[in-house]
Amino acid sequence: MKSSLIILSFFVAGVLLGITGNVPKLFIQNDFSLYALYVLMFLVGIGIGADRNSWKVLKTMKIKILFVPFGVIVGTLIGTAIVSVFIPDLKLKEVLAVGAGFGYYSLSSLFIARISGETLGVIALLSNISREILTLLITPILVQYFGKLAGIASGGATSMDTTLPIITRYSGKEWSIISVFSGVVLTLLVPFLVTFILKFF
Amino acid sequence: MVTILLVMLAGILIGFAINRFPRMIKLNDRLISYAIYLLLALLGISVGLNKTIIQNLDKIGVQALIITIGAITGSVFTLWIVYRVFFNSGKNEGV
Repeated sequence: MKSSLIILSFFVAGVLLGITGNVPKLFIQNDFSLYALYVLMFLVGIGIGADRNSWKVLKTMKIKILFVPFGVIVGTLIGTAIVSVFIPDLKLKEVLAVGAGFGYYSLSSLFIARISGETLGVIALLSNISREILTLLITPILVQYFGKLAGIASGGATSMDTTLPIITRYSGKEWSIISVFSGVVLTLLVPFLVTFILKFF
Repeated sequence: MVTILLVMLAGILIGFAINRFPRMIKLNDRLISYAIYLLLALLGISVGLNKTIIQNLDKIGVQALIITIGAITGSVFTLWIVYRVFFNSGKNEGV
């Protein structure tokens, strides 16, 4: 929660700079955000590769655990496809791509902004941040009515870190491995799914 | 975009090689945060310069929220089914 506020404040500071026009020309003309994105993806890759916990989780898993992230993907795509009816401004694939951020707002919004433009990038940022925040707020209720996987479902990619504490608290410790596993798989898939949906649909 | 994905895969391999050095992992985590701060500030700047987005921010916010509600509702329902079919045999045994 705290880290998302910090990240959001960097974004807001950038917006204010842009609105007031206090931007050095260097920033506008050079497209070095692409190179920065390369660096970020490289670092994210290192982080995933170096995370021994994720690899350990893989060793202890049973096949049925795969249904968890798979279910989140299917559910997210179906759910966003349905609500896309209420958003006539956006194409179906754009709505699906925003959903396919699974709460991983930093990466998904940057990817989507690069492929489909800033407007959709901002939608992705707001939508995926609110997925994390809503999950923190409603997991206690969801778990009560929709089973122990409900928090993991709602959290999407965030179930491996930011929403893990609340999921563990309300579903129980024995669900934390599944939660981390699902979050790791979804996090890994975000860049691939988003690119695939926007480019090949 | 394919290049970016390849860059990430290269990172994963290198990460796998250095996973015995907690200091480097910590440093990597910090660098990731800085890269994200920088990139989102840059995205913010181009958004701030874009009048269409600024003027439609309320509309964009509502659209974002609709998508979130669809995403959460959809996944909660599918995992409710997954839970009842695969995980709820007998007592809650966990993994």
